[in-house]
Amino acid sequence: MKVDILTPDTTLFSGEATYVGLPGADGSLGIMNSHAPLITTLQAGDVVVKNGSSEERFTVGGGTVEVLNNVVTVLAE
Amino acid sequence: MAGGLKEVRERITSVQNTMQITSAMKMVSVAKLRRAQDAITRMRPYAEKLQSVLANVSGSLASGEGVYSEQRPVKRVLLVAVTSNRGLCGGFNNNIIKEVNVAMRDASKSYHVLPLGKKANDAFRRRTELKPQGFAEDTWNIFEDLNFAAAQDLGDRILKQFADGTYDEVRLFYNKFVNAAVQIPTNEAFLPLLPSADEASTSETEYIFEPSQAEIVERIIPNSLKVQLYKGLLESHASEHGARMTAMHQATENASELLRDLRISYNKARQAAITTEILEIVAGSEALDG
Repeated sequence: MKVDILTPDTTLFSGEATYVGLPGADGSLGIMNSHAPLITTLQAGDVVVKNGSSEERFTVGGGTVEVLNNVVTVLAE
Repeated sequence: MAGGLKEVRERITSVQNTMQITSAMKMVSVAKLRRAQDAITRMRPYAEKLQSVLANVSGSLASGEGVYSEQRPVKRVLLVAVTSNRGLCGGFNNNIIKEVNVAMRDASKSYHVLPLGKKANDAFRRRTELKPQGFAEDTWNIFEDLNFAAAQDLGDRILKQFADGTYDEVRLFYNKFVNAAVQIPTNEAFLPLLPSADEASTSETEYIFEPSQAEIVERIIPNSLKVQLYKGLLESHASEHGARMTAMHQATENASELLRDLRISYNKARQAAITTEILEIVAGSEALDG
């Protein structure tokens, strides 16, 4: 699936991933391929993007996430 | 005549120097304009996505509710005047200051002005009755290092003062960026939030909402307002460099025109001097021969 992590100042990440870990407002959640459409808000924490064995971390202060048609868009603050 | 020659020569040098400065300033503005435009381009995907998410979430909810869309009888108004830190950019700053002064005509309302940029601060600093409370002293200096965090902090303060009833209306005055040569001074309503008209764009997808739809809307709306504020600041910043670029281009052209005229009068004076000198020599040698 495709992952975009956007902030108003720049695009932090854009690319393929097999797993995304998010600090959801009601507890952390993981998104894998073919996840159902979802909109949720984030609290401060780390967004983890895994692709195979590689892993990247992004610290966010909050934000919003939309999952739709295998595209995960993280609007970070 | 020699004295006249020297004066013209000095003026030519001075105009040449000025021209060098204005054309250098133009080049700097071109580079800064490009960077400011890049910043607008970079934030566009974020702003668009946020709008579409907001439309998807709020589609089935009744709009016109929530603290930021509350319509109250307007008594106290906050005017946010966005200008630049530096001058030499044509009517850029004066247009905004003029717009703000025009907007304050309604005597039944009381007004506060929040200046952003040194020029607006200079214009309104002495009118202490217009000074808003609850903002940092150096809020006007936001353009020194413009980033979203700064806009977010400013947005938080404005939203808070609207929510607690300090202001019933907030308006944003800034130069909208059309292209490098055209900027439009704009008086835009910031708060209360008007119900959006384009609810037809809501998609049919069944989303899972977490937490509830209403809670998400409540979180996204302040964020989208801050993004709107940031967008205004970025546009004003790009407009500033566009305006300065145009102004400096004009100045360089004027200088080169002036230089041409000066060169012509210099050459005329020089030729006149030479002619006089030849006449004197000829007259002198004829007197000796005679």
